[in-house]
Amino acid sequence: MSASVLYDAPGPKARIRNRVYSVIGSLAVLGLIVFVIVRLNDKGQFAPEMWDIFNYAGIRNDIVEGLLTTLKVFAVAAVLSLALGALLAVGRLSEHKAVRWVTTGFIELFRAVPLLITIYALWVLFLTYKSELGFEGTQTEFWALVIGLTVYNGSVQAEVLRAGINSVPKGQREAAYALGMRKTQVMTTVLIPQGVRAMLPTIISQLVVTLKDTSLGYVITYEELLYKAQQVAGNTVVNDDNPYIPMIIVIGCIYVALCLALSALASWIERRGRRAKSGIAVAPAEQPVAAADALDVVDQAEVAGPVGTAAKN
Amino acid sequence: MNLLFDFFPEFRDGFLGTLSITAASAVLALVLGIIMAGFRVSPIPPLRAFGTAWVTLLRNTPLTLLFLIAFFVIPQIFFPGTSPYKLAVGALGCYTSTFVCEAVRSGISTVPIGQAEAARSLGMTFFQTLRMIILPQATRTVIPPLSSIFIALTKNSAIAGAFSNTELFSVSKLLSDKGYAIGWTFLWIALCYLVITFSISGIFRIMERRMEVAR
Repeated sequence: MSASVLYDAPGPKARIRNRVYSVIGSLAVLGLIVFVIVRLNDKGQFAPEMWDIFNYAGIRNDIVEGLLTTLKVFAVAAVLSLALGALLAVGRLSEHKAVRWVTTGFIELFRAVPLLITIYALWVLFLTYKSELGFEGTQTEFWALVIGLTVYNGSVQAEVLRAGINSVPKGQREAAYALGMRKTQVMTTVLIPQGVRAMLPTIISQLVVTLKDTSLGYVITYEELLYKAQQVAGNTVVNDDNPYIPMIIVIGCIYVALCLALSALASWIERRGRRAKSGIAVAPAEQPVAAADALDVVDQAEVAGPVGTAAKN
Repeated sequence: MNLLFDFFPEFRDGFLGTLSITAASAVLALVLGIIMAGFRVSPIPPLRAFGTAWVTLLRNTPLTLLFLIAFFVIPQIFFPGTSPYKLAVGALGCYTSTFVCEAVRSGISTVPIGQAEAARSLGMTFFQTLRMIILPQATRTVIPPLSSIFIALTKNSAIAGAFSNTELFSVSKLLSDKGYAIGWTFLWIALCYLVITFSISGIFRIMERRMEVAR
């Protein structure tokens, strides 16, 4: 149902009314923005000196360094979580009961516990056994963050992949077995490629969540973008005040730009996938619920799956 | 086992803290989310744009950054000296409201077109159609996604613990600062979260069954 069903095409009276509401609505939104700007200006947050800090090479280098650290954590965690996700998905679909139970337990445990608590527990654990594990400098924080992100997002990616594999039409598997392929071959050459194709938008949307969650490194004092920026702002004094607000505005823009770019990639792939007539429904590029749960997406994927199956069978 | 009984008051306070932060921000998210969904389907372009901007911006911002904004920026603009509890509820509520908004919006689109058409032909205005016809019928399809949104909210509330609130994460921090082994603390905290998330999904399943209608 498109939105226009909810209201009639406006007549002369309604058009005037809508225009009045438009003006009031825009004024309210504008008023709020102006109020925020005026208040911040009163506090001297828009003083030129406050924003001049971004002209210093030191501060710029710190921000770039933080950004690169964030991207490094994201890249390592993304690769590892996809690998772990594939492993867990296959484990959950295994024919051996023991393997299935272990992987299901793993997935359910790490999906249910807040990521922050996992990361914190890993951090404390790694700090305790720092010398045994051979970590130096910030490596402890790095690996706590990366492994925390990996086990959590790996569990979520596993569920997404499993939904994708289940959405592959039954005939594909049967045909592959009829050709005499072994279980592993069927999985790696027939089911996973098609499952990944169906779930690619959802997988990338979950990567956006991974990217957002790298900011949890702030809590374990790892010097990624957020922590670094906060530290730099805390160490800089301009006009007897710390430039927290300019800093937050700048890194906020960086984060939003990064996430929007990845989301745009996901929806581009979704549109592209819908155009192709492969008979496999492509999952929507909906961002998984609340930076945390792919449950909703998996539900949708399971709805999306049978559509393709029905068309095929 | 001993850990839980030795530090029972701390665990109880943390558990109740998580519950109250989750409940308060769930209410805020529900109210804001429904309002924003209304904005996004309304006939008034500026409100539609505002709703879209709200969802796109907040959804693509890390929650930790929102917490920083709530704790550093908001006190400068509105009310200085707001308690960390209220700021945390605000950040969590605004963040979760975008997901509620999208769930409600997709719920609205599952209501049969005939319902809205009938309402319009009776002469109902947009607001009346939405309030009396569409939203009550959308409730049924919105409940399952809401359940996972609130479970996610429970887990996100852990971040509030890092910003001077008393809840389960701050309990785990407290105990590990006191030098207790992190393994047991982790398991007990995980159990507390499991209790909360299972009860949320149980409550929503009951609600779903209550509202079930044979079509």
